[in-house]
Amino acid sequence: MTTTSDRDQLAYISSQAADARVNVELNTGDMTLNIGPQHPATHGTLRIACRLDGEQVIMAEPMMGYMHRGYEKLCEVRTYPQCTTLINRIDWLGSFANEVPFILAAERLMEVEAPPRAQWIRTILFELSRIANVALFLGDMGVQLGALTPVFFAFRDREHVLNQIEAITGGRFHPNFDRIGGLKDDIPRGWIEETKSVMVKMRTFCDEMEDLLVGNEIFQARCRGVGVIPADVALNYGMSGANLRASGVDWDLRRDANPGLAWDQIDWRVWTHPDGDSFARYWVRLQETREATYIVDKLLDGIPSGPIMAKVPRIIKVPAGEAYISTENPLGEMGYYIVSKGELGPFRVKIRTPSFNNISVVPWVMKGVYVPDVITILGSLYFILGDIDR
Amino acid sequence: MIELLALPYWQETSIKLGLALVVIPTTSLILVYLFLFKMMAFMQSRLGPNETGPYGSLQLIAEAIKFLQKEDINPAQADRRVFRLAPVVVLASTFLLYVVLPAGPDAVVQNLDTGVFYAMAVSSLSVLGILMAGWASANKYALLGGLRAAGQLIAYELPLILAVMGVVIQAETMNLQGIIEAQATGEIFGIGLIGNPFILTQFLAFLIFMIAAQAELTQTPFDMPVAETELVGGYHIEYTGFRFLLFFMAEFGTAFAFAALASVMFLGGWWIPGFDVDSNILNILGPGVMLGKILLVAFFIFWVRFTYPRLREDQLQKFAWKVLIPLALVNIVITGIFKVVF
Repeated sequence: MTTTSDRDQLAYISSQAADARVNVELNTGDMTLNIGPQHPATHGTLRIACRLDGEQVIMAEPMMGYMHRGYEKLCEVRTYPQCTTLINRIDWLGSFANEVPFILAAERLMEVEAPPRAQWIRTILFELSRIANVALFLGDMGVQLGALTPVFFAFRDREHVLNQIEAITGGRFHPNFDRIGGLKDDIPRGWIEETKSVMVKMRTFCDEMEDLLVGNEIFQARCRGVGVIPADVALNYGMSGANLRASGVDWDLRRDANPGLAWDQIDWRVWTHPDGDSFARYWVRLQETREATYIVDKLLDGIPSGPIMAKVPRIIKVPAGEAYISTENPLGEMGYYIVSKGELGPFRVKIRTPSFNNISVVPWVMKGVYVPDVITILGSLYFILGDIDR
Repeated sequence: MIELLALPYWQETSIKLGLALVVIPTTSLILVYLFLFKMMAFMQSRLGPNETGPYGSLQLIAEAIKFLQKEDINPAQADRRVFRLAPVVVLASTFLLYVVLPAGPDAVVQNLDTGVFYAMAVSSLSVLGILMAGWASANKYALLGGLRAAGQLIAYELPLILAVMGVVIQAETMNLQGIIEAQATGEIFGIGLIGNPFILTQFLAFLIFMIAAQAELTQTPFDMPVAETELVGGYHIEYTGFRFLLFFMAEFGTAFAFAALASVMFLGGWWIPGFDVDSNILNILGPGVMLGKILLVAFFIFWVRFTYPRLREDQLQKFAWKVLIPLALVNIVITGIFKVVF
């Protein structure tokens, strides 16, 4: 676990003081640079207001809300099955993973449990969407640092995973497949073998990324030691997911608080990295993607037989009560707090999205870095705009 | 050749001007099509343009027409005159570079005795244009890009010149034709079959030259002045239409010129083994040989460009001052010692 020692603090303060002296002596002014709302590095409409001294960032502040779509409010005027359509679009790269915690929370309120087969297929789809999501990050990080090629490989290989998701759900991006009490359909014939071959392809893709980026000296020079977030800071800012694990905190909701999915039925490991810098965040995500392919492989081998839908009434009315369920989504902890008054739709939904908390560390971590590092840190924190603003 | 025809000065000059106007856009078009469109696409498992013309070769004309149709926007805050002049200055530096590039014993626009010196001097003119563009755009991203470009080009001009010094010492001339002659008449351990291309004796200089040229051309490991993902295009962020096209043409035209310089100084230029250095047939065959060598060198430039991530500005400066310049100086010392001893 990395923590900020007194020595680091003193070195930081003295370097800041030295810079301040230079500024006073040379009388260099600072300037405000708006990175965003429209900027390629923010992949969406995030705005980061930076105060710059030359190329050094004195202060950076993220400004969110350019893409706020009011999902929490919109959920209140919809029935439970209709909500999943909206929820799909929060983290648009791994959409199936968004549906699961919501459905699980509703199931808990109704005291329904999906049959084992449905739980296993849910877990498989969950991990597939994790692969589809994080694979794009693995390539996109290259583009953020100026290497054009990796992202094309990412789009190429991610397509195979999307095809598998489409084969079972009928939707590439927004499956809308999860139902209260189970799933909409069973898996089609031949799907298991095909998915296994796709997993082999994705492992090859991970190896490729390891060769192209992780092993590259320039990539390491740009990422190592840039944007170091110590474990205590990461915990204080409520970071979750791979960002937290890259700071050395061994914390994974799939293992620690499994809400009933099939993760506890198989063996897999949680990857952590002690450094907490941009490189660690990339490395952890790379290992997790590879681990996810193994998880899918093992789950495919053990799908139990049986129905895919529990007995639920045709018109779903959720009994009055409150429930909060969170799962380990591709970006981090995603949770839904549902308040029901016993009607067709929820009374109130609070959505806890990982990117919002992950990005809130930006003012802390971006003090004294250079402008290119801003992009590196933003890229390695890996946020989805829909996930920040929802 | 043109000298042989003994034309009056004005006719000779206008022929040369016409040639320059045809040659420079063509060369940059060749590079754009071959490398930026096709090779990059194949490296990224895409097809690249393939609908317009055979193998998409007419795509460039479509692109050029697209650029010409676009509105020429001047930002309201911009320094109008400087803003408009900047791309012309950048392109002018490229044009001037082509003056000394030889393609055959007589196929050269102007055979200067200080050819190498002239090429280095003229190529650094483009910094001026880039700085003008960055400043006059009245855009913070452009300003950052312009300043980065200035710092970078100054830092890399030095290793570039020092690397070339080794070649000049070994060839005992600054004349580019003279350098080719020296390679053609040179011998490797007494065997003069393929001459003595300086890449063999000056390999360190060749490496330094290529790295510095990469930075000079702002190609990827050193492309912070344009850095699409940080500075959104850097100094040419505000340029549209034809003015942007001028920047674009200058970029690839200069890449071609630097590849040509590398092949003249290190790969033996237009000379073909087995021919006399001043045999007339080389005026016909030479340009072909040169083009082949240039494309080979350019292939490496663009290969690196499409593969590597980009460095940070301070890392780049450190690399130039702490690694490349000392290495280039060592190379000069070694070359000098060998020159005196042998």
